[in-house]
Amino acid sequence: MLTLLETNLDWGALAPLIVVFVGACLGVVVEGVLRRSIRDEAQLIIAGLTLVLAFGFTVQLWRGREFGVEAGGSVSVDGPALFTWGALIIFTILALLLASERKLNQGQTDFVPMAASVPGSPLEARATALRLEHTEVYPLVLFATFGMMLFAASNDLITMFVALEIFSLPLYLLCGLARRRRLLSQEAALKYFLLGSLSSAFFLYGAALVYGYTGSFELNRVDAMIGSAGASSLLLAAGMGLVGVGLLFKVGVVPFHSWTPDVYMGSPTPITAFMAIATKMAAVAALMRVFYVGFGSMEWDWQPLFAVLAVLTMLVGSVIALTQSDIKRLFAYSAIAHAGFLLVAVAGAVTPTSSSAFGALTGSVGSIQFYLAAYGLATMGAFALVTMVRKAGGESTSLASWSGIGRRHPVFGALMVLFLLSFAGIPLTGGFIGKLLVFLAAWAGGYGWLVLVAVLMSLVAAFFYLRVIVVMFFREPNEHSEGVTVEKPSWMTWTVIVVAAVGTLVLGLWSGPLAELAIRASAFLGS
Amino acid sequence: MYLLETVVNPVAATGLFQWAWLMIAIPLVVSGLLMVSGKIADAWGHLLATLAVIASFVIGLVLFLDLLGRTEADRAVRVSMWELFSTPTFTFRTDLLVDQLSILFVLLITGVGALIHVYSIGYMAHDERRRRFFAYLNLFIAAMLTLVLADNYLLLFFGWEGVGLASYLLIGFWQHRKSAAVAAKKAFVVNRVGDMGMAMAMFIMLTQLGTVNFAEVNERVSGMSSGMVTLLGLLILVGACGKSAQVPLQSWLLDAMEGPTPVSALIHAATMVTAGVYLVVRSHAVYAQTPTAALVVAIVGTVTLLFGAWIGTSKDDIKKVLAGSTMSQIGYMMLAAGLGPIGTAFAIFHLITHGFFKANMFLGAGSVMHGMDDDVDMRHYGALAKAMPITFATFAMGYLAIIGFPGTAGFFSKDHIIEAAFDKGLWFGLLALLGAGVTAYYMTRLMMMTFFSNKRWREGVHPHESPLVMTIPLMVLAVMSIIAGALMNNWIGGWLATSTGFHPHEMSLFKVTPIGWLTMAVVAVGVVIGWWLHKSDVSDTVPATRNPLVIAGRNDLYGDAFNEAVFMRPGQGLVSGLDSFDRTVVDGAVMGSAGVFGGLSTGLRRLQNGYARSYALTMVAGVLLVAVVLYLGRLA
Repeated sequence: MLTLLETNLDWGALAPLIVVFVGACLGVVVEGVLRRSIRDEAQLIIAGLTLVLAFGFTVQLWRGREFGVEAGGSVSVDGPALFTWGALIIFTILALLLASERKLNQGQTDFVPMAASVPGSPLEARATALRLEHTEVYPLVLFATFGMMLFAASNDLITMFVALEIFSLPLYLLCGLARRRRLLSQEAALKYFLLGSLSSAFFLYGAALVYGYTGSFELNRVDAMIGSAGASSLLLAAGMGLVGVGLLFKVGVVPFHSWTPDVYMGSPTPITAFMAIATKMAAVAALMRVFYVGFGSMEWDWQPLFAVLAVLTMLVGSVIALTQSDIKRLFAYSAIAHAGFLLVAVAGAVTPTSSSAFGALTGSVGSIQFYLAAYGLATMGAFALVTMVRKAGGESTSLASWSGIGRRHPVFGALMVLFLLSFAGIPLTGGFIGKLLVFLAAWAGGYGWLVLVAVLMSLVAAFFYLRVIVVMFFREPNEHSEGVTVEKPSWMTWTVIVVAAVGTLVLGLWSGPLAELAIRASAFLGS
Repeated sequence: MYLLETVVNPVAATGLFQWAWLMIAIPLVVSGLLMVSGKIADAWGHLLATLAVIASFVIGLVLFLDLLGRTEADRAVRVSMWELFSTPTFTFRTDLLVDQLSILFVLLITGVGALIHVYSIGYMAHDERRRRFFAYLNLFIAAMLTLVLADNYLLLFFGWEGVGLASYLLIGFWQHRKSAAVAAKKAFVVNRVGDMGMAMAMFIMLTQLGTVNFAEVNERVSGMSSGMVTLLGLLILVGACGKSAQVPLQSWLLDAMEGPTPVSALIHAATMVTAGVYLVVRSHAVYAQTPTAALVVAIVGTVTLLFGAWIGTSKDDIKKVLAGSTMSQIGYMMLAAGLGPIGTAFAIFHLITHGFFKANMFLGAGSVMHGMDDDVDMRHYGALAKAMPITFATFAMGYLAIIGFPGTAGFFSKDHIIEAAFDKGLWFGLLALLGAGVTAYYMTRLMMMTFFSNKRWREGVHPHESPLVMTIPLMVLAVMSIIAGALMNNWIGGWLATSTGFHPHEMSLFKVTPIGWLTMAVVAVGVVIGWWLHKSDVSDTVPATRNPLVIAGRNDLYGDAFNEAVFMRPGQGLVSGLDSFDRTVVDGAVMGSAGVFGGLSTGLRRLQNGYARSYALTMVAGVLLVAVVLYLGRLA
């Protein structure tokens, strides 16, 4: 018997979700009510308060260990959900700080004055002259965050699909809002939308097939049905595969990665940073939830699949990155390679051992959560630095224009080196510990050969990160780098950079507390 | 094998002992403070540093008096600190051990250290980097105290590396001089060889005994196989040789004299270079199980004591003569430490008296240099006894102590070692005796060339006595050089009994044995020769000589040539071999694979053509791939 409206919601357990949703709606109201001149400040304050409040609720839920499947079995509030919520909120705050940076761009944000104007048209010129702004960016980001939080915690495939659309639609829009190179930005948005729709279709079809076999969308019931009715059906396998495709698209796994470079390059850089970590985080959390909880008894089917895809992803990501000439595109391929490293641990699929001190096992979920936290900090920091490199007012992202930039701006160079080393997984950075944990998890899961491949691919990946360092420090400035400067940003970008740099170092030198937290928050409800 | 080995289990710290860590913490904090404080501290930094060492000394003294009042069983105190890290198999803690042995070192280090700090206030008065100098000195004190107060080899190793670092910084303190920078580097590199021995010794302890704690190692070492325990003993000796400049790792000590003279006195005479002896004595339970390694220790000591003495006879640089003498005296200690339980107490005894009289003479040499415009060549000295009466008087007391003039400190401590050496074997005894004679010769030569004979001063040099801030430490040390021996002679053996495993019979103060008479005779001969050869005019240039012994001595007995032939050239050969291997084979492979990946990258890039339709097609192909993999998985 289906009830359309669940009357006895546990408001407390869903508080973080609700707060973010209400905050986003408030943002929409502000657009209609307030004067243009004070809208930006109002939006920033509302978004900030919303996120801080949501974070507080998340922490409170975690401290009280108030786990449970809520909202009629559709939302699972458990360790991984809360960890992902907390991390998503923090990364959203950092991304919004980047998005509201104005000092770098003559007092304007990186977003287009009027998205509806045709690029190059008189309307656009007028909008620019009037210094119009799309402050809708804030509610859009909040809606996306809400969708991602729901996505990571969805306990049934329909809720998951809805959440997928909730966070995808604002992102499609945000991608198309770049102030400069608008055609590129709009093209990226359209491509992302088309391919995203295709992947949603796969997901939905897969969900339908799973429902057809098991009679339920709820993950634990799916699992129970597979347990009692057997897993040998081709229908079920097809359903699982298609659901997987939909999720892997969002993670950015080869061969569902093609959108990543174009979208990363075309989007406004703050949005790129947001997508690079937040989308990946939510999607990996959902992927693990679906496969560990729903299809847990079919691991013989999906473990080899993930292993094969991990190899492909690491290979394609690392190898194509070698010949990239644009820094944002390079980070896009780096993000693909990192998706591969994450998939290595997903394929390992081990739970933490009892003596889960450092050095012992953290399990797949815990190590992936740690990895994402470390990767997210480095990503935020790196993209924040990318926004500072300017030429004639716009960002200068071609690698050639970065020649010798580290020597002219040593602080900038040193910070970039730190983040690149963390990406590459060099010791004393959070990235190293993350890689170590992820590889250990896969090793313990019996995927030693996969770890070997992953280590080899980390070497290839290290090469292209080092190439950026070489360009920054050891190349003489050339005609491409003329007029390229590192602008001084306001406190907002600095905050992001400092948080990211300190976090990267702390996770590298003193990783115990976060690793401990990630382990404790690694048990899915119902698995 | 000595069956009488006793193993003492330390008691837990109570009362004042819980604060023992302050001895290390105070100089360490002050050192850090001086390093970061910048110019504000220039005016008072040196005073603060001196106070810090005095504070450590006072704490040490209080603890020492407390220990004096205790019964023998309670004199080893473990000060519980915190756990460094633990694994399922091992636990490493940073506990301190205050016992009869370590407290003597604490008093020596902080006592002599405080005097040298005071002296340095005057000596470094005109150096613009004085604050930094005192920061390094305090760092050294903290590290050296960590070394001797550690209750396990790992924490000892922390201190061991710390003093190595401080030594490196201080040898190269005048870094604008190339020779100082090179000497610092050399000391650093040679010490790495010794450190490797230490590290490997710890690995052996961990694999064989599962612990690096002194008490536990001493307890369990008798269960080790004899081959392993010999290896362990030899590795510890390698570590000791590096730090204490024993043959064959001696070459750095002479060059280390490039550092400011107070540094030579504190680090390269009184304290740090004796750390090797401390290590061997601390590990006495290991050597008790392996007569072979103990014999090697004694041989190394004997060779070094002659080696150093030989170098001492042929140098004209006053600090290098003293450096050779230091090597030689540490050789005596090493010999004693290798003699087994009977000698270990004497090794420490001589170590302490040597700390006094050698620091005294180094500081005296510094005082002379101070008056002679930093000239170190004794051929430019002469007849300074009148110009610098206090320096001369105090130096003379150090001189009497080192040659073993009856009643002075060196007389008691060295005589015991020579007697013990005769007990061990005739050759050890004879060579130790010979060393005593040579010591008397080169020290007399130094005295004659510096304070007597003809004036050979360079133009514009006006020798003058040093200020009181420098001479007062000299006086204190001079007094200690004379009386320390008599003070401790009847006491130290019993005091150290549980730490060294030797229960001595009464040692009489004034009854001189036949060997004692013999020693005095040999020393007298050395003094007379030294006096006769240098009593009148001494040439102020280096006389040409064809005497191969002298030439060898002037060249540090070819220590550097040996290093170059045995380590450096093969090392360079290996490096150039590896380099060409790297260029041809490795680079070839790397460049080749870089080419492959580059080509692959360019190829794969074509798939990313920008058309949404081909992206969608890729996704559909991906779905097929997923289907194929799932299907194949089902089949397998």
